Amino acid sequence: MTTTSFTQVLPRVLFVNRHAAMGVLGDSFVASTKFEILKAFESPLLLPEFLADQSHPVSAIIAPVAVPVTADLIRLLPNLRLVVTTSTGVDHVDLVECRRRGISVANAGSSYSEDVADTAVGLLIDVFRRISAANRFVKQRLWPLKGDYPLGSKLGRKRIGVVGLGSIGSMVATRLEAFGCQISYSSRNRKPSVPYHYYMDVQEMASNSDALVICCELNDKTFHLINRDVFAALGKQGVIVNVARGGIVDEDEMVRCLREGEIGGAGLDVFEDEPNVPKELFELDNVVLSPHCAYTSLEGLEQLGKVLVGNIEAFFSNKPLLTPVL
Amino acid sequence: MESIGVLMMCPMNSYLENELEKRFNLLRFWTSPEKSVLLETHRNSIRAVVGNAFVGADAQLINDLPKLEIVSSFSVGLDKIDLGVCKDKGIHVTNTPDVLTEDVADLAIGLILALLRRLCECDRYVRSGKWKQGDFKLTTKFSGKSVGIIGLGRIGTAIAKRAEAFSCPINYYSRTVKPDVAYKYYPTVVDLAKNSDILVVACPLSDETRHIVNRQVMDALGPKGVLINIGRGPHVDEQELVKALTEGRLGGAALDVFEKEPHVPEELFGLENVVLLPHVGSGTVETRNAMADLVVGNLEAHFSGKSLLTPVV
Repeated sequence: MTTTSFTQVLPRVLFVNRHAAMGVLGDSFVASTKFEILKAFESPLLLPEFLADQSHPVSAIIAPVAVPVTADLIRLLPNLRLVVTTSTGVDHVDLVECRRRGISVANAGSSYSEDVADTAVGLLIDVFRRISAANRFVKQRLWPLKGDYPLGSKLGRKRIGVVGLGSIGSMVATRLEAFGCQISYSSRNRKPSVPYHYYMDVQEMASNSDALVICCELNDKTFHLINRDVFAALGKQGVIVNVARGGIVDEDEMVRCLREGEIGGAGLDVFEDEPNVPKELFELDNVVLSPHCAYTSLEGLEQLGKVLVGNIEAFFSNKPLLTPVL
Repeated sequence: MESIGVLMMCPMNSYLENELEKRFNLLRFWTSPEKSVLLETHRNSIRAVVGNAFVGADAQLINDLPKLEIVSSFSVGLDKIDLGVCKDKGIHVTNTPDVLTEDVADLAIGLILALLRRLCECDRYVRSGKWKQGDFKLTTKFSGKSVGIIGLGRIGTAIAKRAEAFSCPINYYSRTVKPDVAYKYYPTVVDLAKNSDILVVACPLSDETRHIVNRQVMDALGPKGVLINIGRGPHVDEQELVKALTEGRLGGAALDVFEKEPHVPEELFGLENVVLLPHVGSGTVETRNAMADLVVGNLEAHFSGKSLLTPVV
């Protein structure tokens, strides 16, 4: 019996930008024998020319937040069948257009939910206990000159309002419970199995909270959800931590409140126009800033790579996606 | 009680000072240019000393105060008080346990996160404008990492409880095994360091625990391991620590305490894998007020012939 070997044409997966993880993990970040990676960033050609130049069509795209999957981009990829994002959020993907064209979408699932939750807690402790500011104080050699550092605020028994109780929000809640915090949450729907107090209205939750931790997705309903009224309800001692999306917070209003002492402090990993950060925040010691890296631990990104590969392999073997959105 | 002389050793808290002044004749040791004159002048009226983590009551001071009846420390640590001499002379000693446990444990976790996720460096990165040039590098995950705690007393236990919420396996070293504890015991600090990603110092300072974190322990912790010190500076061989960090033999350190506060080794200032705090373990308004209430409460109890609130056993 003779066996015939086939030169199988592997599905082609487009990688537009070089992902941070590739710098450390290299090609092993998303490596598989079941599909081929096409690295647009290695070509000097602009994307439309690059794609026109390809002999085999692209059937899947890896879409980090920096590569919005718009109707225009989809038009350049007539054979596109799958979008896989490297984030949990899919606000940068035109889901309507994907649905219209029958394109499946998968996200990062909870690959790095723990990392984001860890950072949220880290930022909260940092703001209340002034860790980054005090570290600056010591490293600027001020301790022998100025003596004791101003006191912070105790975390225990603080009332924390979690906005969005998905995988990240729930992890933030269970971590903060161990510090003796009282947790309440606001979400699209009440979750009957959780022990925390539910608020339908974020403003009402803010008026009963010492801090808000933003963990929800960005969509039409949550754009500028945290606005002037919510800040006023949060109050002068109140703290906000945002590890979700900059657009959920009215940034100009937040900056004004911080500068005028209308709220007590902020820990921010995301901003409305990254990487631009309002420079008024740089003058404030009660603000901790982070360059959208709550999710970028080495371990989290290794896990992300596994989920990306898992989704793509499953899709092209006609198996269910691991972390489907559409 | 206004005639009772209470000697406060250094500025520590203005609420405490006010409360002491209302009740006693408060003498501020640090304001006197000639300390020996102060002691000589008031030696027969000083019946209490209030110290803290920086300055306490050593043998010399105790011997200079013949009417001393009680030393009330604005701290839980007692390493600055000569307990032997106090015991010999029947001088009571009180401290501030429990009220600061949570704050210190909170700070320990805050330091782990600040160090592993480079929160302080990230903040610096954004403020310097570097984000516009590129993303920050990858950091190290905390959840799931093994935490080794030296000393499983009140503070060590509180740290363990918090780390468990991050799915961290907990290891510990203690003088003896704790029977009802689900964490893994290691009989030596070196073994603990070898088997932990994060080593936390949470034991009292004594002759036995001085330099308990030495070169051997640091080498066992290794280039991927990190050290967190919320105990006392002398727990760690500071010179060896500086070498281990500058030579890359230790992955990182977050320190709230130092051997000669407020002096911090110069070599540490430029390291991005080091977080340095000015001894703020119990440094919140709420906790310092609670500590002050304990100091005042203990003194009031003593001078009214009632039971002390938090005597040191």
